Amino acid sequence: MRWKETEYTGWGRALRARGRLARPERLSTLIELSAESPAPAIGMLRSYGDVALNSGGRAIDMTRLDRILGFDPESGIVEVEAGVNIGDLGLTFAARGWIPPVMPGTGFATIGGCIANDVHGKNHHVAGSFGQHVAEITLLQNGRRKTIGPERNAGLFRATVGGLGQTGVIASAKIRMMPCKGDMMVLTERRIDDWEGFLSALDGTRADYAVGWIDATARGGALGRGILEEGEITSGISPGRGRAREVPFDAPHWALSGPVVRAFNAAYFRRVPAAGRTSVKPITAPFFPLDRLHNWNRLYGRRGFHQFQCVVPLAGADSLRRMLERIADSGLASPLAVLKRMGEGRGGYLSFPMEGYTLAVDFPNRPAAVTLIGKLERMSADAGGRIYFAKDSLAGPERVAEMYPDHQRWLKEVRKADPEGALITDLVRRLGLREAR
Amino acid sequence: MKETWIILGASSSMARALARALAGRGAGLLLAGRDLEDLRRTAADCLARGASLAEAIRFDARRPETFAPLIARAEREDGMISAAVFVGSMPEQAAVDADPPLLEGVVQDSFTGPARLLQMLAPAMEARGGGTILGVGSVAGDRGRVGNYAYGAAKAGFHTYLSGLRSRLARSGVHVVTVKPGFVDTAMTWGLEGMFLVASPEKVAADMLRAAERRRNVIYTPFFWRWIMLIIRAIPEPLFKRLSI
Repeated sequence: MRWKETEYTGWGRALRARGRLARPERLSTLIELSAESPAPAIGMLRSYGDVALNSGGRAIDMTRLDRILGFDPESGIVEVEAGVNIGDLGLTFAARGWIPPVMPGTGFATIGGCIANDVHGKNHHVAGSFGQHVAEITLLQNGRRKTIGPERNAGLFRATVGGLGQTGVIASAKIRMMPCKGDMMVLTERRIDDWEGFLSALDGTRADYAVGWIDATARGGALGRGILEEGEITSGISPGRGRAREVPFDAPHWALSGPVVRAFNAAYFRRVPAAGRTSVKPITAPFFPLDRLHNWNRLYGRRGFHQFQCVVPLAGADSLRRMLERIADSGLASPLAVLKRMGEGRGGYLSFPMEGYTLAVDFPNRPAAVTLIGKLERMSADAGGRIYFAKDSLAGPERVAEMYPDHQRWLKEVRKADPEGALITDLVRRLGLREAR
Repeated sequence: MKETWIILGASSSMARALARALAGRGAGLLLAGRDLEDLRRTAADCLARGASLAEAIRFDARRPETFAPLIARAEREDGMISAAVFVGSMPEQAAVDADPPLLEGVVQDSFTGPARLLQMLAPAMEARGGGTILGVGSVAGDRGRVGNYAYGAAKAGFHTYLSGLRSRLARSGVHVVTVKPGFVDTAMTWGLEGMFLVASPEKVAADMLRAAERRRNVIYTPFFWRWIMLIIRAIPEPLFKRLSI
């Protein structure tokens, strides 16, 4: 296998890595690689920070191992190679009445990445996290295949789900699909006027899919205003997919400056009529709102951006409000800000979800934003919450163990699985995740 | 109309992309190559994506005894039989220079093996009066370059063969397309120095199917390689032999 020396980045483009990548196209090549030069696996690089980067080292690009290996219509279990994109899987099966039970905000994430980050979707309060629907994983450890599942090698399974690729290379997995009525979604959008209103709307929603867009520039009495989206899957006639668009170059630094974002957010808020509205859309639109704008990360310019995402327990809602105040006062937020109520569901020792509220906000990569994100991280930990590794690019090692109480159990499995540390990535190094505390 | 495609060298990423596109329109697929474990995975993928038939079948360009069973399998299906040829091998020219017998393998993989199979398949296609052959050559076959002339010569032979086969089969309604890809983002080019304007396998597959539909004879993919190769072919030999392109 030839190695390609290249520079690559996470989706936020604020962190970069230079290293050598192999891109196997056959399982046999992957097994050989895993035996001869074990390295962390990476996918579509849709996580924001450095969870999929290995500066100065090697990594295995899994995107060419993207085949559907089998589907059993009795059980709804589909077996796929780790490089299959979740959106591709959704589109292939939705018209036949099956859908991945959990889909993250982008359809371009690979199944391997969905497992290794134990991603969640807009239905987390109903369906839990992605890892909870994984029936089996084929893991490669130094060229040896190991089959793991919730019952078989359960410890290793729980260290692999949400385990950031540290237990081995995920070659393929069996996912329990969910029956669905069709490939359309009935989407109801409602304006929410303030923070209290948002929490009670999220608490009271009975929809399968629910997510809030927040105007993170609104202050004072309008703090926490936004739009609640609630969706249910249905059948109908799809108007066709429409053409994807491309951001052809890096935008100038003022493209997402304070005044532009404030104006955009105000217009976006008023886009939905005061009385709300209901529409029927192809399933991809509400699931993957930004996927039709390819390379939208270029809107942040060459310096890139950071996404801050935390979850705090239900009782920590006030802390979250204070965090949003800080963000609004800073004037640094971008239009992309999301609030959602999560359920308890989580699949692994290092999984992000916990019952509570999660807030995600994008910030252009500037010194003031970096300082602010540091504060927000401390506030999350103080509130008994945690930050999301798939998004993080800035945190330090200090409070990881506190935020992730199962860290030691994860570490025990990982040390057995990869004693040499061949699978360590930049994020794992930065946060000292492989060191005992 | 029911269609069954023989795909030679079906483990390559270009072949996989073509197989996937054909699966999406419900075609039957005979995925032929040496790595059966890998081909079975591709077959499963094609079935999940809508193929009416997808089987992994052993084919080795250097073992002619594998040819007849493959053709017999295709003949068991009714409707039109088509074929797409992706086989070929490209050792580094320096390796061939150091070990001349390697040349025979290159020629067998890239030219005589697939040509012999098509020669055996042609009567069945003539008898059914339709179908398409998509033969993948290479821009490397348009002129012998110092860095790649063993592979280039084999592909040039294949181009000439396809040209003649096109004339023969046109008489019975079978269409032959010669496909000349430039740089494609495959395992063959991954990490090679000097790659530019690299196309995705999906783009090449889409171009190939469009060419089949429009009954084009010779295509370059992406299209601009036609102009690049026009220039390269126009360089006078006294000058060309001094260049290291």
